[in-house]
Amino acid sequence: MNRPGLFDDILQLTSEHFVLVLVSMAIAAAIGIPLGILLTRRAGLQGWVLGLANVLQTVPSLALFGFLIPIPLIGGIGKRTAIVALVLYALLPILRNTLVGILGVDPAVRESAVAMGMTGRQLLWQVELPLAARTILAGVRVATVTTVGTATIAAAIGGGGLGVFIFRGIASVDTTQILAGAVPAAVLALLSDGGLGWIERRFSAA
Amino acid sequence: MPAAGGTATVEFRQVSYRIGGNLVLDNLSFSIEPGETVVLLGRSGSGKTTALKMVNGLLFPTSGEVRVDGCPTREWDLIALRRGIGYVIQEVGLFPHFTIAQNVGLVPRLEDWPTERIAARSKDLLEQVGLEPQQFLERHPRELSGGQRQRVGVARALAADPRLLLFDEPFGALDPVTRLELQDQFLALRNQLQKTSIFVTHDVREALRLGTRIALLDRGRLEVLATPQEFLQSQGPVTRAFLAVLDNGPPMTAHDRP
Repeated sequence: MNRPGLFDDILQLTSEHFVLVLVSMAIAAAIGIPLGILLTRRAGLQGWVLGLANVLQTVPSLALFGFLIPIPLIGGIGKRTAIVALVLYALLPILRNTLVGILGVDPAVRESAVAMGMTGRQLLWQVELPLAARTILAGVRVATVTTVGTATIAAAIGGGGLGVFIFRGIASVDTTQILAGAVPAAVLALLSDGGLGWIERRFSAA
Repeated sequence: MPAAGGTATVEFRQVSYRIGGNLVLDNLSFSIEPGETVVLLGRSGSGKTTALKMVNGLLFPTSGEVRVDGCPTREWDLIALRRGIGYVIQEVGLFPHFTIAQNVGLVPRLEDWPTERIAARSKDLLEQVGLEPQQFLERHPRELSGGQRQRVGVARALAADPRLLLFDEPFGALDPVTRLELQDQFLALRNQLQKTSIFVTHDVREALRLGTRIALLDRGRLEVLATPQEFLQSQGPVTRAFLAVLDNGPPMTAHDRP
């Protein structure tokens, strides 16, 4: 091999990339799903919150990373800023699918549940969430695949991950370096798509 | 709060319901005695479903009150009120992610019955509505025909031995033969269980067949409240319009025409 240590670098940056995506997705789901549930109970807020999430999504990702750097507490150079940006990006598909999934429950089923004396909490946990699970998971899957790609930009603000290879390769016009970042990122995206798709199909009971 | 089991009384006191500029119910007053089956009969938009939903607190009057066992629905603990009332609707509304056993056992489970008692109860109920338990308990609603689903809907409504049963055009979406079978089942169950029931329909034949009394609603007003025999004698224009349906014999075929 003409580049000793390249393989080790790939392994290390891939796991860094994976952790970046995992942490961002966990936070995005922890915010997006409860917020989506809340929105099903507050019809007046739906337009505002979805609008805001939509606008966030239209900001070019490289610019969003840049905008965050000067902001105190969440900003600066490094992983924390990268995670904040990735969470903001992942929020919309999770939020929207949670909302759509729950609002899509058959009104006759919901009416029966209420008429049979389910409390609001029982309705949510026993009826709405199980029936919306597939749609919510589909949102998480779409967000994850996108995040694997977007996370390569994190390297531009010192967030690490496979983007390090790509930016280095661009700077030194070295295709091998670019591929060393791009190929594992693509594999990671395919694997997470397949894995989450498999979980999603297991919720096909309804 | 009245105990579970037994049977209930329902009283409408000057109930009106207004939504937007529309008066859906107009000063409705009548009461239902224990063990009666009162059919709310009316055309689409007459307010019969709205009136029904006031009994289990899915809707509340804009003026007046509905009393269940002497207590206005506004003062009831709604969860307790609803768990004591069986509810069957045309769309059935079975939970698609539950098995038939889980669907039928839902209210008992919410009420924390022991597992063996729920299982035994579900089995009995399926037999009562004419479904073979071994064949149906573990299936999902999507594997059943429309008529079978509605039988499960009735079993689910009966599960926790409610004091009162509400039916909102339960057989409206079924083919005529299945509808007749389910009406027979309904009559058999009623004679056996003696529960107070309120039954909404637009089908005058169904009303005459199932009701101990018929309440005819027209544009939110109570037009007639009578036993089926009295109803057949009634001369009001709205009643005559409904009874005219009965006067038409079997339709002529092309062959019969002169």
